[in-house]
Amino acid sequence: MLYIDINNHVLSSALKVEKLPKRLRTRIQSLLLTFSHPINIMAQSLFDKVWNAHTVRNLANGQTQLIIGTHLIHEVTSPQAFGMVRDLGLKVLMPHRTFATVDHIVPTDKFLEPYADPLADAMIKELRKNCADFGITFFDRSTGKQGIVHIVGPEQGITQPGTTIACGDSHTSTHGAFGAIAFGIGTTQIRDVLATQTMALGRLKVRRINVTGKLLPGVYAKDVILHIIRVLGVNGGTGFAYEYGGEVFDRFTMEERMTVCNMSIEGGARAGYVNPDETTFAYLKGRPYSPKGAAWDKAVESWKATASDPGCHYDDVVTINAADIAPTVTWGINPGQGISITENIPDPKTATSVDEKSSIEEALAYMKLAPGAAIKGTKIDVAFMGSCTNGRLSDFQEVAKYLKGKKVAAGVKAIAVPGSQGVGILCAELGIDRVFRDAGFEWREAGCSMCLAMNPDKLIGDQLCASSSNRNFKGRQGSPTGRTILMSPLMVAAAAITGSVADAREVFNVKSSN
Amino acid sequence: MSLAKITSISGKAVTVPGNDIDTDRIIPARFMKCITFDGLGEFLFYDVRKNADGSNKEHPMNDPKYKQATILLSGANFGCGSSREHAPQAIQKYGFKAVVAEGFAEIFFGNCTTLGIPCFTASREDIALISAAVAANPALEVIVDVAAQEIRFGNQKVKASVRDTARDALVNGRWDAIAELLEGLPATHARAAQLPYLAV
Repeated sequence: MLYIDINNHVLSSALKVEKLPKRLRTRIQSLLLTFSHPINIMAQSLFDKVWNAHTVRNLANGQTQLIIGTHLIHEVTSPQAFGMVRDLGLKVLMPHRTFATVDHIVPTDKFLEPYADPLADAMIKELRKNCADFGITFFDRSTGKQGIVHIVGPEQGITQPGTTIACGDSHTSTHGAFGAIAFGIGTTQIRDVLATQTMALGRLKVRRINVTGKLLPGVYAKDVILHIIRVLGVNGGTGFAYEYGGEVFDRFTMEERMTVCNMSIEGGARAGYVNPDETTFAYLKGRPYSPKGAAWDKAVESWKATASDPGCHYDDVVTINAADIAPTVTWGINPGQGISITENIPDPKTATSVDEKSSIEEALAYMKLAPGAAIKGTKIDVAFMGSCTNGRLSDFQEVAKYLKGKKVAAGVKAIAVPGSQGVGILCAELGIDRVFRDAGFEWREAGCSMCLAMNPDKLIGDQLCASSSNRNFKGRQGSPTGRTILMSPLMVAAAAITGSVADAREVFNVKSSN
Repeated sequence: MSLAKITSISGKAVTVPGNDIDTDRIIPARFMKCITFDGLGEFLFYDVRKNADGSNKEHPMNDPKYKQATILLSGANFGCGSSREHAPQAIQKYGFKAVVAEGFAEIFFGNCTTLGIPCFTASREDIALISAAVAANPALEVIVDVAAQEIRFGNQKVKASVRDTARDALVNGRWDAIAELLEGLPATHARAAQLPYLAV
């Protein structure tokens, strides 16, 4: 019996289609054509290729036992998993494919141990012990390679195309920028990956998101993803992996691709990726964990082959025009509640549904913002520049270009937190830290810092923070009444300097395209 | 390792209304500074339940009428945001055995299933029906029938669903995958040998 499953490409993966009689081939092809856009039945998406290459077997409940080739761990979500592994009398199956760093709880000012917070101190020591016990590489502070797990992985060349990557952190989607299938997992699943290097997972659908044309000056990768989430919704991606492509992504640097993939989860998509290309290979070449010599050439060949084939099937396709994207800021309590800097804050009176009305009301009450008012000019208390979304070298470099000679407004606390020790070292070499310091920013040591405020960097009371991070949930930045407005790094700098939410294009006279 | 077959959950229910209730709200990040999950139950929904001084805010879960609830009712996109298992752990340790909502975020759903917490999706209207019945009689027994995919309360019954893979895992007692994954170890090694980047 011939079994065709359009969504799962069972035909293309299970049968040698070219060996079928020509008449049958033609029939299948025309049948497939009736379903959606032209499909090449031999063609597969990167997601399908990577998924199939890592499939061990199907489990009784219909999920897949999937190999997780690279397991990244950190201090917050792993200790309980190690406890479970010990309780079951198991070992870490592939310690050489497990990499640890410490990021969430590390203080960014006084980082000498013991930490002032005994709970945080216990967590770093627990991770150190677990890594020593099981033979896991730990990028501890003393190595000079510590940082946010999603910045360290790519920086070290651990994140590679065609691989599967899991970490107990939802922003693991970041690593998809390299053409990896990367996603966040819970602690029990960390146990599973530690003990078996596999996990049970249902196959995701794939949505292709094309961003065509050219971004306008002053519009950044952060604006692209905030715009995508605004258009598709915070749960629009549930059940999907997002494949980002189109001219904008073709031109993007790896760091820009990472910023977009990072926030896939804020749109509900567990994973997001970009097909690997020359930009990817150039970034990886020569990094500590990148293949060397002949192995490099072989790896590049296989990485090229993992990219989605032209004409492959997608479960959904969305196209966005780059010219429609403006510098975007959030006004509410989830990352989908965003507007362009030139727009006004939504008014519940103009809501088109009861749901929308109540969500606007709830958000405005929490944010203490007036309906229908301009977001521009909203006074801020804190400016936070950093996080796994925007804590990379190019983020600080771009801001430094404009920050020279400018001063943070009186009364604004501005902090800049490099995403890794590596980023901090490069910023120091290039004099970027000096530019930030001279402008009145506090220049800190690497960590997650005020993105989720598990360390001492927290908002106080109902302070309003212009933030380059990824979540504006109630209480996210450490104070139960603290308020967050998400935006690009340059917009954070503009807010820091003017003391209010501002259009960076005006503040810095941004004219040239980035 | 033998796991319970979770075919049905019955108990009292409580509604925590709202859409897009994220995991930071379910358990604020500062309570994740721990190396075990013990004691997380008391921090469930902490910032929406408690004032800065620790006194209670008005919240359904602070209402003594709903103290014994084991079934949590909520809105759309429940559990969005972070992958922290601390969120479903806090829900479970507080005493909840099932969650019924209009929809769930992906990672949260998977984390709950792995802990044996059924996450059932029902329509807004049907959840409102259950909520109204529970508000009228907080002692009402609500039965979440995992196998039959329906929720019964008083003399009423509504449809509810959980995706096939999760339902199968729950009713057949294989919601914690570790035993099956360990059985697959020989096949894992065979597959891993074909992936050059996994070589030592």
